Amino acid sequence: MVEPLLRVERVAKTYGEHVQTCALAGVDLVVEKGEFAALTGPSGSGKSTLLNVVGLLDRPTSGRILLAGNDTSGLDERGLTELRAHTLGFIFQFHYLLPAFTALENVMLPAWGYEGFPSRAMRAQAEESLRAVGLADRMHFKTTDLSGGQQQRVAIARALSRRPPLVLADEPTGNLDTESANGVFELMQKFNRDNGTTFLVVTHDERIATRCDRAIDLVDGHIRTDVRKGGMPRGLPQP
Amino acid sequence: MPFAWFVALRYLRDAKGQTALILAAVSVGVAVVVFLSALINGLQVSLIEKTLGSQAHVTLHVPREVPRLLVAATPERGIASVVLPAPQRLRSIDQWPATMGDIEHTFGVRAVSPMVVGFGFAKRAEAKEAIVIRGVDPELLLAIIDIHKKIVAGRFDLTGTDVAIGSSLARALDVGIGEKIRVTTTEGVDDIVTISGIFKLGNEGIDKTWLITSLRHAQSLYALPGGVTTLELKVDDVFDAERVASTLRERLNLDADSWMGLNAELLTGLSAQSNSKMLIQFFVTVAVALGIASVLAVSVVQKSREIGILRAVGTASRRVLAVFLIQGGVLGLLGSLVGSGLGAALAKLFENVMRGPDGAPQFPVVLNLPLFASAIALATGVGLLAAVVPARRASGIDPAMAIRNG
Ligand SMILES: Nc1ncnc2c1ncn2[C@@H]1O[C@H](COP(=O)(O)OP(=O)(O)OP(=O)(O)O)[C@@H](O)[C@H]1O
Ligand SMILES: [Mg+2]
Repeated sequence: MVEPLLRVERVAKTYGEHVQTCALAGVDLVVEKGEFAALTGPSGSGKSTLLNVVGLLDRPTSGRILLAGNDTSGLDERGLTELRAHTLGFIFQFHYLLPAFTALENVMLPAWGYEGFPSRAMRAQAEESLRAVGLADRMHFKTTDLSGGQQQRVAIARALSRRPPLVLADEPTGNLDTESANGVFELMQKFNRDNGTTFLVVTHDERIATRCDRAIDLVDGHIRTDVRKGGMPRGLPQP
Repeated sequence: MPFAWFVALRYLRDAKGQTALILAAVSVGVAVVVFLSALINGLQVSLIEKTLGSQAHVTLHVPREVPRLLVAATPERGIASVVLPAPQRLRSIDQWPATMGDIEHTFGVRAVSPMVVGFGFAKRAEAKEAIVIRGVDPELLLAIIDIHKKIVAGRFDLTGTDVAIGSSLARALDVGIGEKIRVTTTEGVDDIVTISGIFKLGNEGIDKTWLITSLRHAQSLYALPGGVTTLELKVDDVFDAERVASTLRERLNLDADSWMGLNAELLTGLSAQSNSKMLIQFFVTVAVALGIASVLAVSVVQKSREIGILRAVGTASRRVLAVFLIQGGVLGLLGSLVGSGLGAALAKLFENVMRGPDGAPQFPVVLNLPLFASAIALATGVGLLAAVVPARRASGIDPAMAIRNG
């Protein structure tokens, strides 16, 4: 059996020491390579928490995460950083671009920061990503001189530049007007189609959720429903 | 360019106002240190030169004989102590050529000059002056005093019974070059000598009493054939003189006086100057460190989100650490380069403006490579050190925490 790209096993996350908040209460989830999954749920249901735990930014209180065949519970801080660099791309509600740098530099920084030195290949890859998000003519702009939608597209280019197998997006369109939101969403779908990049996207937007292959609904730290488009039974590999 | 350098330099460039301000502060601090150090070093060098130019660093001689106590004081009987003064006849250092060879090979010693030093009187007509007679080897003396430069009349030539005397002594005896005076030693030996040179060492005590003659002549005046009473030394580092003196005192069983012991007041003055210099350096260093540290601390807080995202996308924490350490080091380095130039210019200006009536600088400054090198190394090191705390905070930023609550 082929190991799925992401396997979440009975993951629970509790915050606080005296007053305990249970953000995740035993989540089981399998995401196959190439899926485009939406993660929905009311505010406070644990969506961001799940994404942070899957993104190895936070450790679960119990349970374990297997990412690209690696059991992450045994990794130290360095190992986690390493695995993040290789397998994950992040897109957030806020773009978190570095204002002191140009769009191109922002897209290059993750690879640069990981490898230490820039390279021709790194630059070519970053330029290609920026072209793919339609910002070929804005590469050398300071990010502060770009519009909100453009900034989010730079953030997508940054997340995708190194071709990570799994991209985690936390309300990537939450801060954009409908038109820009559509553009950003379609961009992500295009990457999913063309490169087989797997997406796990947190969204509040029903219309967007219905356009995904799969919708996972989280309530009170539990998965309430997990629906695949076309009624495809979960757990089977995609055609 | 390496990632950490690229990001660090861009951050500095991007925060132009902040960077310029802290650079200005570091530069002023370093300029103050360089200026004051140049001034104080200059002062010390000229003071030491004035004092030690005509003086040995260490003087070795046979231990003086101590006065003997004949009757101890007994208050009930109303008797004071009776003390027999020791006869202070000049004695030669035993085996002095061997001793001298030994000293020459001692660590820290630069030169040794053997001498016969004794007291006596110089007479001419009605004038009679108490003098110090110094028999020297003219060649070896040069290592102790650059006597040729100090000759104000005649020349330095000690052949036969030719002698050189101090300028004040010459005036007191009212003698000139080529004239003769009568010399009487404490041994009761009389001789007539000819003045071939008059020197001025700039120290009144010396210029009024010294008569320099050849070693052989002094040996005959004090009935010490082949002997020497004193060995005078120059050492490599003038502040090492006391250590050399005590080493030799222990080993050779001779009295050893260093200039430091004999010029306690000068030494106190010098060390007070050094202390105040250090104090100023210390406070400037602390101020520079605090300035850099606070600017970087603010920057880390401002950029915690960006740093969080860099960490989230796979930048190792040591690289984040390096970003801020580099900023601290660069601020220190650039500030100290500018500050060194500024301080040096200020010192030179000061030297040129403050001139005595004779046109010579009143405050000769000492600007040398070690001064700049140490100022730059210190400021860069302090910059790095000041950056440690902010940098550690930056590298410890939890990416999840930084990204939460956008
Ligand atoms: N750092 C934290 N400390 C304590 N409690 C936290 C922390 N982060 C999240 N929580 C709690 O965990 C629960 C889930 O939070 P989470 O941010 O995952 O919700 P969410 O589904 O992303 O909500 P939203 O749609 O509003 O973003 C909430 O009750 C929240 O208060
Ligand atoms: Mg959330």
